[in-house]
Amino acid sequence: MPNYQTRAEVEALVTPFQVHRDIYTNQDVYRQEMKHLFANTWVYVGHDSQTPKKGDYYTTQIGDQPVIMVRHSDNEIKVLYNRCPHKGTKIAIDKTGNTGKFFRCPYHAWSFKTDGCLLAIPLKKGYEGTGLSETENGKGMKSVGAVHNYRGFIFARLAAEGIGFDDFFGGSLSSLDNMVDRSPAGRLEVVGAPLRYMHQCNWKMLVENQTDTCHPMVAHESSAGTAVQIWKDMGFTEDDPKPPAMEIIAPFMSAYEFFEEMGIRTWPNGHGHTGVHHSIHSKYSEIPGYMDALIESYGKEKAEAILAENRHNTVYFPNIMIKGPIQQLRNFIPLAADRTLVESWIFRLVDAPEELTRRTALYNRMINAPTSIVGHDDLEMYERAQEGLHADGLEWVNIQRLYQEGEDLDAEAVENGTTERQMRNQFHAWVKFMTASMSEAEAAE
Amino acid sequence: MTDFSKDDLIDFLYDEVRMLDDGRFDEWMELWTEDGHYWMPLNYNQQDPLNETSLLYEDQFMLRLRIQRLIGARTFSQKPKSRCHHVIQRPHVDEIDNDAGRYKTVTRMHYIETRLDDQLLLALTATHDLVRRDDRLMIAGKKVEILNCDAAFGNIQLLP
Repeated sequence: MPNYQTRAEVEALVTPFQVHRDIYTNQDVYRQEMKHLFANTWVYVGHDSQTPKKGDYYTTQIGDQPVIMVRHSDNEIKVLYNRCPHKGTKIAIDKTGNTGKFFRCPYHAWSFKTDGCLLAIPLKKGYEGTGLSETENGKGMKSVGAVHNYRGFIFARLAAEGIGFDDFFGGSLSSLDNMVDRSPAGRLEVVGAPLRYMHQCNWKMLVENQTDTCHPMVAHESSAGTAVQIWKDMGFTEDDPKPPAMEIIAPFMSAYEFFEEMGIRTWPNGHGHTGVHHSIHSKYSEIPGYMDALIESYGKEKAEAILAENRHNTVYFPNIMIKGPIQQLRNFIPLAADRTLVESWIFRLVDAPEELTRRTALYNRMINAPTSIVGHDDLEMYERAQEGLHADGLEWVNIQRLYQEGEDLDAEAVENGTTERQMRNQFHAWVKFMTASMSEAEAAE
Repeated sequence: MTDFSKDDLIDFLYDEVRMLDDGRFDEWMELWTEDGHYWMPLNYNQQDPLNETSLLYEDQFMLRLRIQRLIGARTFSQKPKSRCHHVIQRPHVDEIDNDAGRYKTVTRMHYIETRLDDQLLLALTATHDLVRRDDRLMIAGKKVEILNCDAAFGNIQLLP
């Protein structure tokens, strides 16, 4: 049995149109993902509206690494490992708070500036002449490798060296741009707490499902199909004005052609989105006053261009998805090979009518909650897959739909909306960033 | 017009959870007023059901959809079906206004939901707004607060 310590073993898990099941089930692969993939890529940490004031912090994780996002005295967002350099105690345990000008470890009162630098140690003379100040631990709380604030969205790379932010995301930032531009002020704010939904499956199943356009009419027939049927039984037709809940759920039952024609775009490094031409979000009712507010900020032409984009799901590799038209972000947090926590966040468009917040809150509870009937449909499929993959008859998972030999995943492309190209794109990037820091020498270990 | 006693209200609440535990959802739906809403907050002490995320805030259309889905031929997450069990404390009757036909109760309970080998236990506080309609009690609003509402859950498929 391989334990996936070498470049060759990792590369062997992915072919152009199949991936080996160990990618989803093997705990050694999971550990390597945490050590390599989540260190070499730019991973979403949080939104700067969660820490608006100096000293505000938010505790979260990057892969399996506990971190603190904090607003420093220079107003910049810092991301520090959440560990006292002394004995390892987590410095902050509550989700959010304000620490003032410094963090203080609750165990022995070592204190640190909000950029991590050591500030003071009680009874410091006990360390005189011991050489503490020459150790890495003596410097303070450790920072992650690099941090970037993109229009309020905080991303970090754990590794000190590696691909730059702009090179990593490239043209995919246009989806974040569109989401932020939808605020007349060009600014978003996190609203409330996220939904937290536990999945007994591998995190990549969720990421893949974001651009899987051949499952809604099948897996969601039970929820969306039933909704459409009840609507008909009430005597309404498809063209009658629908209440917001129906506007949201009915498009899940759209025919294959709808999804084929919506298109999928992929970008290098594993990013991609569904809904190039239209999406399940295209036909939501206009909110009174919203267009006027956008025109006032941007002018008519740009305002119309902003709302003409109705991208469905944009995957930012490795593990988040955003929905521009309804200001949502889902974070697929890997806890083990077979355990994933999904957080679903919503945003307020600053200076836009509050009805838009109400719609995103409605969408979130209807689709993404542990109590959501649509969520129940999806989770059932992931967990069945996680169990089914243990079957020894077949060892490979197929991602071949609309595959063409010689496919160039390092180039941006727009294709038929039912292609599995974006899944292949993710695995292409997966191999790249899993092995980026694996030396050939490791193969000899 | 009937005046409802404290015992009438308590009996009503016991009957309601019995319907849910027996899976008599059509009967349960008959307990609701046309504009009644079922709310399950996401946050401890959450005040606003609409402008931030809730776990559930459903009108009669959504509740009907929810229970209709449970018996659907292609509802794969209900193959096999879930079962549930409510263990309720004696309800607090906080308000009896027979003149206006309005009543308020608060009921603490344990809720158990099971499917396959998994079983979930939740501690709940249910607040009912009841009204008199055509001489019978009906639910005009129900708020179900989960003690650990901010924890990460797997599927909760039936109605706590």
